[in-house]
Amino acid sequence: MSHVIDRRLNGKNKSTVNRQRFLRRYRDHIKKAVEEAVSRRSITDMEHGEQISIPGRDIDEPVFHHGRGGKQTIVHPGNKEFVTGERIPRPPGGGGGRGAGKASNTGEGMDEFVFQITQEEFLDFMFEDLELPNLVKRHLTGADTFKTVRAGISNEGNPSRINIVRTLRSAHARRIALSGSSRTKLKEAQLELERLKREEPDNFGDIQALELEVGKLQARIKRVPFLDTFDLKYNLLVKQPNPSSKAVMFCLMDVSGSMTQATKDIAKRFFILLYLFLKRNYDKIDVVFIRHHTSAKEVDEEEFFYSRETGGTIVSSALKLMQEIMAERYPTNEWNIYGAQASDGDNWNDDSPICRDILMKQIMPFVQYFTYVEITPREHQALWFEYEQVSEAFDDTFAQQQLVSAGDIYPVFRELFQRRLAT
Amino acid sequence: MTAHDSSVPVKKRQPISTGSEWTFELIGAYDREIGRLAERYALDTYPIQIEVITAEQMMDAYASVGMPLGYHHWSYGKHFLSTEKNYKRGQMGLAYEIVINSDPCIAYLMEENTMCMQALVIAHACYGHNSFFKGNYLFRTWTDASSIVDYLVFAKQYIMKCEERHGIDAVEDLLDSCHALMNYGVDRYKRPDPISAEEEQRRQKEREEHLQKQINDLWRTIPKGAGKRGEQDNKRFPSEPQENILYFLEKHAPLLEPWQREVIRIVRKIAQYFYPQRQTQVMNEGWACFWHYTLMNDLYDEGLVTDGFMMEFLQSHTSVIYQPPFDSPYYSGINPYTLGFAMYRDIRRICEEPTEEDKHWFPDIAGSDWLTTLKFAMSSFKDESFILQYLSPKVIRDLKLFSILDDDQKDELLVPAIHDEPGYQNIRETLAAQYNLGNREPNIQIWSIDRRGDRSLTLRHQQHDRKPLGNSTDEVLKHLHRLWGFDIHLETLQGDKLIDTQHVPPKGDSDHDGDYPRLDLVIPPI
Repeated sequence: MSHVIDRRLNGKNKSTVNRQRFLRRYRDHIKKAVEEAVSRRSITDMEHGEQISIPGRDIDEPVFHHGRGGKQTIVHPGNKEFVTGERIPRPPGGGGGRGAGKASNTGEGMDEFVFQITQEEFLDFMFEDLELPNLVKRHLTGADTFKTVRAGISNEGNPSRINIVRTLRSAHARRIALSGSSRTKLKEAQLELERLKREEPDNFGDIQALELEVGKLQARIKRVPFLDTFDLKYNLLVKQPNPSSKAVMFCLMDVSGSMTQATKDIAKRFFILLYLFLKRNYDKIDVVFIRHHTSAKEVDEEEFFYSRETGGTIVSSALKLMQEIMAERYPTNEWNIYGAQASDGDNWNDDSPICRDILMKQIMPFVQYFTYVEITPREHQALWFEYEQVSEAFDDTFAQQQLVSAGDIYPVFRELFQRRLAT
Repeated sequence: MTAHDSSVPVKKRQPISTGSEWTFELIGAYDREIGRLAERYALDTYPIQIEVITAEQMMDAYASVGMPLGYHHWSYGKHFLSTEKNYKRGQMGLAYEIVINSDPCIAYLMEENTMCMQALVIAHACYGHNSFFKGNYLFRTWTDASSIVDYLVFAKQYIMKCEERHGIDAVEDLLDSCHALMNYGVDRYKRPDPISAEEEQRRQKEREEHLQKQINDLWRTIPKGAGKRGEQDNKRFPSEPQENILYFLEKHAPLLEPWQREVIRIVRKIAQYFYPQRQTQVMNEGWACFWHYTLMNDLYDEGLVTDGFMMEFLQSHTSVIYQPPFDSPYYSGINPYTLGFAMYRDIRRICEEPTEEDKHWFPDIAGSDWLTTLKFAMSSFKDESFILQYLSPKVIRDLKLFSILDDDQKDELLVPAIHDEPGYQNIRETLAAQYNLGNREPNIQIWSIDRRGDRSLTLRHQQHDRKPLGNSTDEVLKHLHRLWGFDIHLETLQGDKLIDTQHVPPKGDSDHDGDYPRLDLVIPPI
């Protein structure tokens, strides 16, 4: 009799481990392919995986087999016009119909092995080795919120946390231990007393002495307290620092007349990359968009990237606004703050030192990281040189880079967030 | 529509089902009917366990090369990825079924299949393959269906433990090397002891200690006694060439640790388990096709299935046994389903309606009871001998078989034989030889080891028809070097003449010894 079993509800990912093993083994190939893909495809389309191809010969599993050559006789089906003893010119390259039978056992040759990785895996490979600077440090030291967790039993504590079972157990043990010898003596005395009463009822002297003894012992046992202070056991709770899992990302962009749509597109990709990266590290992310020309304004994403303004450029206005929003809405004990600024480098000359001051005094001490990208093929201007001073002062939390084309984003991004050891 | 006589009066049809959707009740009903029909032919089968799975699960099953559970290795991941890609692109339909040589016999049905396909698979796998596993002498001798699942569980756990203890990389390197030599890890002639998981576990500890002792003994360099030494040293070891390379390594490689020997053993045992399948592809598939065809037609004759059902069945059946001609772009060798099916059908024909030609070629079976003859053919042969014995002129004509001789010293190809009277015998022999694993794989054996000198291992490749070794030979030798731990020499012989040698590491390149993969070895005190 046959059994029919429905296995459809069993796990379907039995091969996951093997798949991971494969990815692990060919990680170098895959990483290279991912890096190429990143520079090729638009960063806005990060929602799907990637097709990876690896040269067939790199993943072949070698076995002993026959190569081409020698004398081989092979039977084929479907003869049409051949007759016994006929001689046929060798097909070029040994290919054609004749060679097909053999090709199947000499392996895949130089064919590419092509497969898909998921978006998750794609991003994992892309972000590999990258770690937001000070992330670890922040987790360990900068966390100001705590959660309490149970940590066993202690002898001291708050009455509301008394562990009754443990307490009574310990009291019981203490009572047994302290009254042990008295109870043995009591038992002996009682036996003796009974014996005397039974056998020598006239021996009042001894009986009385024994009764006195029994009374004393019973009183002594009674004096052992039912519950003593050192019986008390408390559930111990300890505070563990709770790493803040919220991050806010400030996107600052110059939208003055000098910024073209192409420049803004490059900036946008950089912001998206940063956003995706933060998304992988934090549960909750707020994004604040601040755009500025001569004055700064908090806007939504659409307006941030696509509306055009003209006019001069005062960068400090944006920094001031960022600082205000930080103070107002994002207390540093709850939020990890990241700043990213994109600009073409233009600024009103007198403003650049002000920018430096605001950054150094009011922003840098509170943020996890601040990046500045200058999207321009031209020479650096005053702003860049002022920022260089910031960079010197906040070596591990401030970075600036220059971008020329979209292809530069990823390398720059990598460089900016190159894994640093928590210092 | 059916190949059977339609002399059976067509009763009023009372089909089991009419739609194409399947349900568990229907699968049960079809299985009962097919089982009842199979009983008429007295097919001897293991108990059947039908498991319904999804397409994803089918891909998983695929990737583990038909083992219900396997240890972890990247190559299975590679297999999975390519299956997944092909399936998703629609380049390939998944196999309709996978069947496992175990007791009870496990057959997977895919939930996407129609009712007709499910019935086909039940007939094909649960009665066809199943009875083949139980009946064929190779399977009876070399595999133990009742213990394979337990053994695989043991293997998986053991390898997982090794990974924990020695790291994934160490185990992976070892498995890579073993897999490279897997085809040389089987005993071709000696029957192995049946494997049993409990026994394995119990004996494994014992074996570890015992093995290590023996190895140390083989490599002993302390002189035993001055007199006897000379005589002992001149003896070649092993005294006979060894075809089972993995077995030899497991027993004699000087530097392996006990757990590494156990892993080699596991790969060897699994290779041995699959060995009969590799030798009986044509017979096995042909047998299963013959029975699904016969049983489904019986179902139809009894009026249990509809005409539409039968059309769908025949459509699948024909595509399974389609043989593209040699000049078709889809051609990739002879389709074992076609060849096997055609041969079994023809054996039946020879028994039932022999012609003069058949009486001349098959005097023993012409006109005999077809079922007995067919069962004998199924149980007592492997592909090579089966073809040699039963490939009939009619099948050769039907498939229009011809042979091609490709000699690299000649400019032209020769057609030595075609499907005509003088050619039959030749075609039959050539085709049989083509299915001889011994011809398909290069004949490489362990010839000797240098016990007193540099501990090098020498292999001998006996060349056949000047066929050279393939281009991955060097890689395989590196794997062998990793397992053996010392120099490897491969000598290629034509007859008694040595024509080529290969060395790992290459001769005169000893400075680069470090470039060759080695397991991290702890050299035992000897």
